Amino acid sequence: MAEYAKIRIENLCKKWGKVVAIKDMNLSIEEGDFVTLLGPSGCGKTTTLRAIAGLEEPTGGKIYLNGKLVFSKEEEIVVPPAKRNLGLVFQSYALWPHMTVFENIAFGLKIKKLPKDEIRKMVFAVLGDVKLEGYEKRYPQELSGGQQQRIAIARMIINRPDIYLLDEPLSNLDAKLRVDMRAELKELHQKSGATTVYVTHDQVEAMTMSSKICIMKDGIIHQVGSPEEVYRKPADLFVADFISNPKMNFFEAAVTTENNKRVINAAGFKLKIGPEMLGPEEKVKVAVRPEDFVITDNGTEYTVVNQLPAGSSSIVIAGRGGEKISLLFEGNFKVAVGSKLRLSVKEGLFNLFNLKTGKRIY
Amino acid sequence: MSEAAVKKRPGILFLRRLLRNLKLPQKIMGIILFVLLVLFVLLPAINLFYTAFSFSYSDRVLPQVIERGIKAVPGRFTLVHLERVFFSPLTKNMFLIPLLNTLLITAGLTIVALSFGSVLAWIVVRTDLPGRKLIANLATIPYIIPAWPIALAWLNIFKNTKVGGTPGLFEYIFHMTPPDWMSYGPVPIIICLSLHYYSYSFITVSGALATIDSRLEETGELLGANKWQVMRKITLPLVLPSILSAFILTFSRGIGSFGTPAFLGMPVHFFTLSTQLYSNIKNNLGGDAYIIALVMILMSGLSIYMNVKVIGARKSFVTISGKGFKAKPVLLGKLKYVVLVLLIIFIILGVFTPLYVLTWQSLMEQDGNYSLSNFTLHFWTGKSDEVNKHGILIGEGQAGILRNPMILRGAWNSVRLALYAAFFTSFLGIIIGYAIVRDRGSRLSKLNDALSFAPYIFPGIAFGAVYLTMFARPFGPIPALYGTFAILVLVSVAKHVPYSSRTGTAAMMQVSKELEEAGELQGAGFLRRFFKIIFPLTRNGLVAGFMLSFITVMRELSLVVLLVTPSTKVLTTMIYYYAEIGFHQFGDAITMLVVIISLSGTIIIRRFQKTALGKEIGG
Repeated sequence: MAEYAKIRIENLCKKWGKVVAIKDMNLSIEEGDFVTLLGPSGCGKTTTLRAIAGLEEPTGGKIYLNGKLVFSKEEEIVVPPAKRNLGLVFQSYALWPHMTVFENIAFGLKIKKLPKDEIRKMVFAVLGDVKLEGYEKRYPQELSGGQQQRIAIARMIINRPDIYLLDEPLSNLDAKLRVDMRAELKELHQKSGATTVYVTHDQVEAMTMSSKICIMKDGIIHQVGSPEEVYRKPADLFVADFISNPKMNFFEAAVTTENNKRVINAAGFKLKIGPEMLGPEEKVKVAVRPEDFVITDNGTEYTVVNQLPAGSSSIVIAGRGGEKISLLFEGNFKVAVGSKLRLSVKEGLFNLFNLKTGKRIY
Repeated sequence: MSEAAVKKRPGILFLRRLLRNLKLPQKIMGIILFVLLVLFVLLPAINLFYTAFSFSYSDRVLPQVIERGIKAVPGRFTLVHLERVFFSPLTKNMFLIPLLNTLLITAGLTIVALSFGSVLAWIVVRTDLPGRKLIANLATIPYIIPAWPIALAWLNIFKNTKVGGTPGLFEYIFHMTPPDWMSYGPVPIIICLSLHYYSYSFITVSGALATIDSRLEETGELLGANKWQVMRKITLPLVLPSILSAFILTFSRGIGSFGTPAFLGMPVHFFTLSTQLYSNIKNNLGGDAYIIALVMILMSGLSIYMNVKVIGARKSFVTISGKGFKAKPVLLGKLKYVVLVLLIIFIILGVFTPLYVLTWQSLMEQDGNYSLSNFTLHFWTGKSDEVNKHGILIGEGQAGILRNPMILRGAWNSVRLALYAAFFTSFLGIIIGYAIVRDRGSRLSKLNDALSFAPYIFPGIAFGAVYLTMFARPFGPIPALYGTFAILVLVSVAKHVPYSSRTGTAAMMQVSKELEEAGELQGAGFLRRFFKIIFPLTRNGLVAGFMLSFITVMRELSLVVLLVTPSTKVLTTMIYYYAEIGFHQFGDAITMLVVIISLSGTIIIRRFQKTALGKEIGG
C-alpha cells in the first residue's frame, strides 16, 4: 500500500454566492477503493466529484491526488483536469453527437498524437471490453441508453486513468438494465483496480457496489464507512433513515429500571440494555429495522393493517394504538389484514440515538 | 512536503489568481466583448448626449445664438437645442406635431396589426378552414420583405396629381382623383405599416396557440365549460403574454419606422419624429435632431421597460408544456367559405398586389401609362442609349439596373455590406454566446448581457444619428469614419448585436457544458474544443443567424440613410433617392431586386433552421 492516500480532501469548501454546497469537508480515499458519495439531491456529492476532477473551482481547502497537491485555495494552485490522470463519466454521458462511436473514443488519443494504427488497435480493444464490437461507425444517438453508457465508459478507460469518477451513471437507465450494469461496473473496477469515486442517490447501488460509502447531506459528510457499518451502525438519525428500505422504525422512548436492570420501553417492546450501551441519558430514540422483528408467543400484540408482498419477501404494516411499524418477512409470508401478531425485537438488533443531538449511542 | 509550503506573499497569490482567470477562454472573450461594446455602443450613446447638449460649428447661425450674442464655441455645453425643441415657437412644428403624428400612427398601427394578426393566427391554428397551411405560409411573406416597398406600391396606386407628377393606377382606371387623405398622410401610412407588421403578431400568436397543451383546454371542457368559456377563461389567458409581447414589439417598431412615413408623409409635410429627425440633420440642425433622437430612445426604452414589467412577471405562469394532443379544431360551418374568400382577397390585395404593382411599374416606359404598348424592359436591362419609337432616350439616358454601373456599384455595396455585417455579426454572436453562457452569473457576463441588449432600444434612424455624431471626427485611435464604407459595416454590426447575442446564446445553450468538459478531461485545449466540439454543434444556428443578418442588413434603410455618401450608396438608399426625385421605375426595379434577394435568402435559412423565423421574433 502506498504511503499516501490516493485522494485526500482537506477542509474543502464550495459556495455559490451565499449557498453553501460543500462545508469544510475532509475525506481520504485509499488506492483501489470503490467509494460512493451517497446523499439526497443537492447534498454536494456531484460538486465534490467535479472538484476532484478539476471542473469546479472550490472556494477553499486542498485536494491531493497521489500525494500531489492539485488544488489549494491558499496557494492558488489549480492543476487543470487533463493533468490529473483521471477519467469521468457524466450523468448525461456527454457523448459528442456529431462524432461516431470510434471518434468519440479516439478523441483523447488523437490529442496525444498516437499513431493511427495504434489508436485503431486500442479503440477496438476497448470496444471489446465493453462488448460493443461492430458499433464503431454508429452515432451515439443511434444507440440505446445502456450502449451509450458503455461508450462513455470506454472513452474514459481508454486513457488508462488511475482514478475513475462516475457521476450517477445508472440513473438514466431502466430498472432491469441498472441491475445488470451494477454488476458490470463492479467487475470493471475489480479488473482494473482503479480507485473509483461513484456518485449516486440510490442507497441500493451504494450498498451493492462500494467498499466504502460516504453519506452526505447539505454539504456535510455524516458518515464514512463500509456498507455493513453504515447499515448496522449508522452515525446518526439521518444516516439511519437514509439507509433503510423499507423504512426504518423509530420510536421515542425513556430508560427505566426494572428489577435493578435498565430497560427501554418503546412502543410496547421491552429492550434489554447493557451498561456499555448507554450512559446516564434518560430519553433516547430507538431505531429497529423492519427485518429485525420476530414473532414470539410472549411478544407485544400488533394488528396487521396492510401487506405489500414483493415475491421473495413481504412487507407488513402493523399498528398498535397510534403507533405504526413496518415489518419485513422473508419468503412467502401471508397474513390477513386485521389479524394479530405477537412481536418482539431480535436480541441486540436495534440502535439508540441521542434525542437531542441525533448521534448514535448504540 | 507541500504541507510545509512556504507562505506566499499576497501579491504573488493575487497575480497567480489573475493569470489563471485570464487563461479562461470565457474571461478572455468577455473582456474583448466588453471593450468592443463600450467602444461601439456605450461611448456613441454617451456622445449623443454630449452632442445634444453642446454647440456645433453650424450653431452660430441659430437665431437664439445671434439674438443673445452668445459665443457658440463648438463643443461647449448649451441648452439651446433643448430650448429650441421643447420651449420655443418652433416647438409646435418641430416637436409637438411630429410627436402626436408618431403616436397617432403607432396607435393606429398597433390596433390594426395586432387585432388582425391575432385573429388570423387563431383562424389558421384553431379552425377547420380549408387550406390553412398555405394561407399561413403566404401570410408570413410580408415579414420577409421590408415594410417600405408597400408604401411605394401604395403611392403607385393612389398617388394623385394634386401633389404633382403622374397619376396613379387608381386614377388611370377610375378616372377619378383619389382624395388627399387616401394618397398621403396617416391613413395610408397606418395601412401600409399594418400590412407589414401584422405578420409579427401573426407569427408570435400562432406560435403560442400551436404550443398550448390542448389537455389544458380539454380539462376545462370536461369540467363543463363550453367552447366560448374555454376560449375566454383558458386559451386567452395562456396566449396573453405573447399577444402583449407582439403589442410591445409592434409599438416600438412603429415609433422608429422611417421609410413608410418618409414616402407617404413628407411630400405633404406630414412629419413623424423619425422623419423630422432626418430633415433636421439634412438642414444642418444636428443638435435639434439629437434631442429628438433622445426622445425617441426614451419612448422606445419605456416600451421595452413595460415589456419587461408586464410580460416578465406574467411569463412565469405560462405553461406551454409542449406537445399535448392535437386540439380539436373549431368548426366554422358554412362561415368557413366566407372567411376563406375574405382571406384570399386579403392575400391577393395585401400581400401580392404591392409586389405585382412594383414589378409592373418597373416595366413601364412612361410612368403612369398603364397600357401594354408602354411595356419596356429598359429599366432592368436597357442600355443607356436606348431610344423609344419617338426617338427619345428612355430613362433619361440611364441604363437599366442590371447594366447601370452606378446601380451595380450600389448593389455590390449592399451585398458587400450585408456579407461583412453578417460575418462579423455571427462571429460576434459566438463570442457573446460563449462569454455570456459559459461565464453565467459573473459580473462581467451580466454587464455584457445588458450592454449587448442596449442597441435594441435605439430606433434605427436614431442609432444612425448616434454614429454620425460619434465618428464624424477622429476618435482616439479611430480616424474620422464618415463617408467610409467601414462606418456602414460598424453601424450595421452594432445595431444587430442584440440579435446576434440572442442567436449566439441560444446556440451555445444547446451545447451542454458537459460536452465541452468531456473534451477538457481528454486534454483538449480551448481552440480544439472550439473547433471540434462547439463549432460543429452550433453551426446550423450560426448559419441561420448569418443569413438572417444578411437579409436584415440588405433591406435596412433608416439605419444607414444618414451615413451614406455618393460613393458608399447602397440599394435601399438609392431607392429612397429615386422615390424622392420621383423616378419610380428605377426605384421599383431596385426594390424588386431587394425583395428577390430577401426571399431567396429566407428560403436558404429555412433549409438550415426550420424555426428560425419564429425564433427571431419570438422572444
